[in-house]
Amino acid sequence: MSGVRVLVGTRKGAFILRSDGKRKNWDVSGPFFGGWEMYHLKGSPVDPNRIYAAQSTSWFGQLIQRSNDGGVTWEPVGNQFNYDGVPGTHQWYDGTPHPWEFARVWHLEPSLTDPDKVLAGVEDAALFQTTNGGESWSELSGLREQKSGSSWQPGAGGMCLHSIIVSPDNPERIFVAISSAGAFRSDDGGTTWRPINKGLHSEGIPDGDAEVGHCVHHITMHPAKPDTLFMQKHWDVMRSDNAGESWFEISGNLPTDFGFAIDVHAHEPETVFVVPIKSDSEHYPLDGQLRVYRNRSGASEWEPLTKGLPQSDCYVNVLRDAMSVDSLDSCGVYFGTTGGQVYASSNGGDSWEAIVRDLPAVLSVEVQTLA
Amino acid sequence: MIRVVLPAHLKTLISVNREIELDVVGVVTQRSVVDALESRYPVLLGTIRDPSTKKRRAFVRFFACEEDLSHEDLDAPLPQPVVDGKEPFFVIGAMAGG
Repeated sequence: MSGVRVLVGTRKGAFILRSDGKRKNWDVSGPFFGGWEMYHLKGSPVDPNRIYAAQSTSWFGQLIQRSNDGGVTWEPVGNQFNYDGVPGTHQWYDGTPHPWEFARVWHLEPSLTDPDKVLAGVEDAALFQTTNGGESWSELSGLREQKSGSSWQPGAGGMCLHSIIVSPDNPERIFVAISSAGAFRSDDGGTTWRPINKGLHSEGIPDGDAEVGHCVHHITMHPAKPDTLFMQKHWDVMRSDNAGESWFEISGNLPTDFGFAIDVHAHEPETVFVVPIKSDSEHYPLDGQLRVYRNRSGASEWEPLTKGLPQSDCYVNVLRDAMSVDSLDSCGVYFGTTGGQVYASSNGGDSWEAIVRDLPAVLSVEVQTLA
Repeated sequence: MIRVVLPAHLKTLISVNREIELDVVGVVTQRSVVDALESRYPVLLGTIRDPSTKKRRAFVRFFACEEDLSHEDLDAPLPQPVVDGKEPFFVIGAMAGG
């Protein structure tokens, strides 16, 4: 019988929610790694019981945990993220050169074909990989060393590499996105990189149309259309149909186009979900109403989805890695809030219910569809 | 034997809920105690100090004999009561305030 496993990372531990294919009753286990910030957990597409988790605190640094039994038991693996060679500098807040310093892992992206191979996006922005199940990590330093790297400057939230997409039809093609730097693409398996930000416009940088410097919050792709990318930028929701060569805006009738999370329906490559957030300083929904917006055409027409979501006095945020979908026949959509709720829709967003509430602030949500 | 007290999160990591006793070779210093600690519990690598520079993490402190030794030389001998096992060496997670 099919089922769903939801991996939830929070500010104070990880939680795993399990349900059968009906998605009515949920079993909640956790907290795992209580008291630690769990920025991200993600399972291997080829071995769903192999799950990787990024565990950190400002006190004791970064650990990586690995499970081989679907999150029942865990073992720590390698946690050394050393920048390649002499790492040099990037721009600091005051414009002075600042040495690259590892802070934490934001995102783990297991390979589509090999359960021992994982990419990791870290702060200060860089991409690492393991080919031995997390035992050791090495930097794909061509990203950081491409010509714009020394000019990257952190925004208020730090300079993190938060989005990683490996093209399902071409493993040599990798997309990443970095806060306050932008989106980048490699066509040779991560050896060399170039910015792919043409068409983005940002008012918070001196040259609004610059090649780099854009605060991309998240990018996503449907596997059936690997040249089409969707982006939630600091402000603006964007789309590219040529693998990032150029972007155009699809914010359309959204009440605000600021936000963090964006995802694509599992079976409809043109259907996109976002959660509009009021502004860059007011990180909560407009008018206290938590609304997911769905775009069925991939263009500029958005519809609010409110059934089952709080429509008054709701002032939570939904962070960039806190939305995911399952691939059951009726696509499930899931997102977590900084108020500790995880909402789920088993009908593509038409209606929602909290499948758990009152967790610590949710940092990430990933969903595994189990055979 | 050198007695070491770890903060709760690190005790959880090594699945030990008590004071630790370590054999430390040579002069007993901050460096040699943490070396011995990491040698016995490799999962602690990187949690107390940077594995490359050996610099103490910013929010970690070292106490012993009611003194904050955090800013002492890494290779300075620890107080004799620690060496004699009469007093523990504390690894402390800094208070968050608030």
